[in-house]
Amino acid sequence: MLNCVYRLVAPRVFEPVQVDVPASASCVYVRPTHLSICNADMRYYRGARSAQVLAEKLPMALIHEAIGVVVSDPTGTFKVGSTVVLLPNAPCETDEVIAENYLRSSKFCGSGFDGFMQELVVLPPQRVVALPDNVSMEVAAFTELVSVAAHAVARFDAIAHSRRARVGVWGDGNLGFIVSLLLKTWFPDTHVCVFGRNSYKMNDFTFVDETHLSYSVSPSAGALDHAFECCGGEGSVTAIDQIIDMVKPEATISLLGVSENPVSINTRMVLEKGLRLFGSSRSGRSDFIKVASLYDQHPEVPRYLESLVDNVFDVRAIADMSSAFEADLRKNAGKTIMKWNV
Amino acid sequence: MSDKQNVFAAVLAGGSGTRMGNPEKPKQYLMLGSKPIIVHTIEKFCASNSFDAVLVLCPDAWVQQTRDIIKRYAPECGNSVVVIPGGDTRNDTVRDAVSYLCENYEVNEETVLVTHDAVRPFVSHRIIRENIQAARECGACDTVIPATDTIVQSDDGEFIAEIPNRISLYQGQTPQSFNLLQLKDLMESLTHEEEVILTDACKIFVLRGKKVALVRGDVANMKITYPQDMRVASALIGE
Repeated sequence: MLNCVYRLVAPRVFEPVQVDVPASASCVYVRPTHLSICNADMRYYRGARSAQVLAEKLPMALIHEAIGVVVSDPTGTFKVGSTVVLLPNAPCETDEVIAENYLRSSKFCGSGFDGFMQELVVLPPQRVVALPDNVSMEVAAFTELVSVAAHAVARFDAIAHSRRARVGVWGDGNLGFIVSLLLKTWFPDTHVCVFGRNSYKMNDFTFVDETHLSYSVSPSAGALDHAFECCGGEGSVTAIDQIIDMVKPEATISLLGVSENPVSINTRMVLEKGLRLFGSSRSGRSDFIKVASLYDQHPEVPRYLESLVDNVFDVRAIADMSSAFEADLRKNAGKTIMKWNV
Repeated sequence: MSDKQNVFAAVLAGGSGTRMGNPEKPKQYLMLGSKPIIVHTIEKFCASNSFDAVLVLCPDAWVQQTRDIIKRYAPECGNSVVVIPGGDTRNDTVRDAVSYLCENYEVNEETVLVTHDAVRPFVSHRIIRENIQAARECGACDTVIPATDTIVQSDDGEFIAEIPNRISLYQGQTPQSFNLLQLKDLMESLTHEEEVILTDACKIFVLRGKKVALVRGDVANMKITYPQDMRVASALIGE
């Protein structure tokens, strides 16, 4: 069937392309309804990736955070009309040890392969997860980002030693907000301390125990058992440096922020304190299922997440797509959502 | 396809009744990529999941071949599609669709009919959805795009009579969608003289003073009419 795919052909330029998608009895047909813009999409849109990367990956449809409605399911897995989240990671093999999102053979929508800016998305049922109906569509749109945070917190739980009295989260952006929220939800006895640069953003972190401006941390702020770095970009360097100073020996440092350039790390103190630094990125099917269950069992979580919804755009044409991306460029915080009515 | 949505589609595949194998066969049966154009169009309507049934109205001589084509290229659409013969003119074909629906389905005052040219395979789901909504709210709607060329009116074909202001001109596309029973009543009220000049179902509503809503179309929703259109259509799908 003919499917219109809206590809970024050059920075700031979208173009519709008709793609003939073969019918498949083993796939679910989903009409995307709400798409959420991620910083990774913006790096392509702005042309902030290297010229080589842009030349290799464009033209490509952006967006890896999306939900939709099932319009047809020959596999019989999903009810027609049900709301589902679309999984951008497409594993091509299974491995007993390595998770699907770290396998180098896996494909990822919106990074080398077409993302969800399409009229219709055709996916195997393994790449679709049903959502509970108590979540607003705008929040559900960035379930993928929540699953990334859930994945990182699950890895922390598996890797970090058992003393978790005080945990620090660096970053007052969307990821810092979600990681802090999940930590408080899944580890209610843990004292969660957030370190950021903007007090007006941290005012919204009402569920954490402490917030600190990272550039004026009080000497009385206690040492931390573990920490998460959710800054990325230029902020990673100072954040990681400060984390290494503030964590106790044998702490784990979970790295989540994406940086275009290599980041220098004070390895002397890493060695002296016996620290464990580990990276987490993306997520797998089990993380999405965990988040869907979290929304269901902890309805306060999607309600907290509503404060991240910034701009909602009704997208019916290419000009509306450009408006949404340009608005995301100017935003201070939060998520830009596209109501996908193409 | 969901049950009981009270919305039907009619894919209008009229045109020449030339037999298979003739190089001048109707455009909707020409291959676009891996499938005939008409199959792409039918798939769009089936995938929208908005219709109780999708009627395909084609020349009498092509009914069986059309069924074969759908079976071969889009077997998953088989249960939702009904192929029946259309009439000699566009209005006759729409009338045939209305009659078939009234005779074979439970229709009522809320029933909506979405009519679409078989040779417009690039119709989007937004356009289909907005047609259904507009027909429900207004009773009739037409899909249009703003006119880009200056339209010149001439009564004798030799000299300009008028150049209308382009800002108020639109080019008609399809779908055109209607409240089924309103359309039926208006069609039955036409005199023979009126029928001769009416080439467009929306015009019937306008003639009787009924409102017809505009649905924003898309330049991509092109009509494949001339041989060069096939080249453009093939380019659009990367052929």
